[in-house]
Amino acid sequence: MIPPLLEVRDLHVRYGAVAALAGISISVREGEIVTLIGANGAGKSTTLRAVSGLLRPASGSILFAGEEIGGAPPHRIVARGIAHAPEGRGIFANLTVDENLALGAYARKDRAAIAADRERALELFPRLRERPAQNAGTLSGGEQQMLAIARALMARPRLLLLDEPSLGLAPQIVQTIFRILREINAAGTTILLVEQNAHMALEIAHHGYVIEVGKIALRDSAANLAKSDEVRKAYLGG
Amino acid sequence: MFVSGAPLLAGVLAALGLHFFFGRDALAYPSKLAQDAGIAIILAVSLTLVNGFTGQFSMGHAGFMAIGGYTAAAITYYGSCLMWESPEARGGLLSWALDLERAPIAAWLTSGDLFFIGACLAGGLAAAAAGYLVGLPSLRLRGDYLAIVTLGFGEIVRVLIQTTRPQLTEPAEIAGASIPVLATSLGESLGMSGVPFYTSIFWIYLFVAITLVLTYRIKQSSFGRAFISIREDEIAAEAMGVHATRYKVRAFVISAFFAGIAGALFAHQIGAINAGELGFLKSFEIIIIVVLGGLGSISGAVVAAVVLTIVPEWLREFAQYRMIVYAFLLILIMVLRPQGLFGVREIWDLWGKGRRARAEAPA
Repeated sequence: MIPPLLEVRDLHVRYGAVAALAGISISVREGEIVTLIGANGAGKSTTLRAVSGLLRPASGSILFAGEEIGGAPPHRIVARGIAHAPEGRGIFANLTVDENLALGAYARKDRAAIAADRERALELFPRLRERPAQNAGTLSGGEQQMLAIARALMARPRLLLLDEPSLGLAPQIVQTIFRILREINAAGTTILLVEQNAHMALEIAHHGYVIEVGKIALRDSAANLAKSDEVRKAYLGG
Repeated sequence: MFVSGAPLLAGVLAALGLHFFFGRDALAYPSKLAQDAGIAIILAVSLTLVNGFTGQFSMGHAGFMAIGGYTAAAITYYGSCLMWESPEARGGLLSWALDLERAPIAAWLTSGDLFFIGACLAGGLAAAAAGYLVGLPSLRLRGDYLAIVTLGFGEIVRVLIQTTRPQLTEPAEIAGASIPVLATSLGESLGMSGVPFYTSIFWIYLFVAITLVLTYRIKQSSFGRAFISIREDEIAAEAMGVHATRYKVRAFVISAFFAGIAGALFAHQIGAINAGELGFLKSFEIIIIVVLGGLGSISGAVVAAVVLTIVPEWLREFAQYRMIVYAFLLILIMVLRPQGLFGVREIWDLWGKGRRARAEAPA
C-alpha cells in the first residue's frame, strides 16, 4: 500500500497550560480532499497550524511524504511542498494582487515556472486577472479569499491547507470557490480543508474527520459522514 | 545586486552639483541647512526600513547614530593625531576647507578624504554589528515590547558613552596610549570635540544617494517584499515561507548601518559629537519624520525630512512660541492625514494614479 502523503499521529498541541489538541491522528492520501469539520475552538485551525509549522507540537509526529516534519520551521515546510492559506485570509492588504502572488512563490527561485503558475492561478480565478495592480485590501471578501488560495498555489504545493475558505462569504461565492477547489484537486493538488460549513465541505471531500475539543470524534468517507445522524444533528442543522 | 549604476551616477552628479551650488563654506546658513536635511534624510530613510517596511517599532535609532558617530570620530581624531600629528582635516575639494584662504587644496580627493570615508564605513559597520546584537534577542518581541527594548538600548548606548574616559588631547599622550585606551577615551559626558571637519555637502548627498537607491531597490525586490509581508501579516508571511525573525534582524542591521553612517557624517560636520544630544529625543525626531512622511514611503521620508528641517528654521520668527507652533503643525498634519503624507506608497505612485484616474474618466 502506498503510504499517505500526510500522516499525523497522536498530535498534542498546547497553548501554555491549555491543551488545544489532545492526540489527533489523521491521514491524507495523495490526490484526496480531506476535510476537518467541527465547532469553533475544537482544534481545526490548530491542527493546520501545527502541520505548516506555525505552531510547535508538544508531542506526536507529523509525517509528510514519509518524512518527519513535526516542529520544523514554516519556511522549511513550505519548501517541502505544503502551502497554508491561513484563517482570516491573511492577505497583504497594502500590496497589489500581483505582489501578493509573488510572495506566494517566495520560497521558489525558478522564474519561468513561477510565471507559468501565476498564469494557471489567474486562469482559475479570472476575477484576479482583471485587477493585478489593485491593492489587495480593496478587494471584496470573496476576491480576497480567491487571492489567498491563488497565493498559496503559487508555492506549487503538493498539499494545500485551507482554513475556512467560506468564512464570511455570500453563498454564491462559496459555491464558486468550492467548485474551483475541486478543479485544483482534479489537477493533482491534495487538499486538507478545515471548514465550519460542513455541508459544503463534505460535498467536495473524499474523507472527513469530525473534531471535538481536541480529539477526533468520527472519521469516515465524506458521503457516510454526510449521512450519519450524529453529524447531521450537530453540524448540518438536522 | 541592489545597486545599479545609472541612478547612483545621477546621485553622484547631483551631490557634486549641490556641493558647488552651496559653495564650500561649511558655516554658511543655507549650506548648513542643506547638510542637516541630508543627514535627516539618511536617518529617516534608514528607519523607514524597520518602522516602515517591516512594521517593527524601533525607538533607538539615535543609539545607532551615536555608535557610528563615535566610532568614526575616534578613528579620524586619534588616527589623524597619530599619522599627521594634528587632528586637523586634510581634505580636498570634495571636503570642506574652513579656512578657505589658507587651504586651497587643489586635489579632489586626498588621503584625508579616503581616511574619512573609511572611518564612515567603519562607523556604519560598528552600528550594524550593534544592530545585529540587539536585533537577535529582541526581534522575537512584538509591538510595544520591541519599542521598549529599543528605547532602552538607545539609552544604554548614551550612558555607556558618557561614562568613558576623558578625551586625550596631548599628542604625546595619544602616541603613548594603546588602542583599547584610545577606544574608550571618548570624552565622557562632554563628548568629543576637535573632530576633523571632513563632512561636506558632497559626502552627505553621496550617502543620501546610496541610501535612497539601495532602499528603493530593496522595496522593489522580493527581498524587500519579504520585509513588507511581515508588516502586513506576520503569520501569513511565515506561512509563505518568509523567515520572519531573520528578516527582522536583516532590516535592523541594514537600517543601523546607515544610521551609523549618518552619525559619522554628523560628527565630522560640526567637529564634535555628544552622546547627550543623541538620546531618545533624537530618536523621536527621526520617528516623527518617518511617521509624517508615511510609514513605508521612501519619498515621504525624504520630503518630511526636508520639511521638518526647514520648518523649525522658518518658525524662528515666532521666537519663543516656535516649538508650540511646531507641535501644533504636527498635530494638525496627523489629524488631517493620519497615514502620513504618502501612506505606504511613493509620491510618483500617487501622481501616476491621479493621472490614470483622469485619463479613464469619461470626457
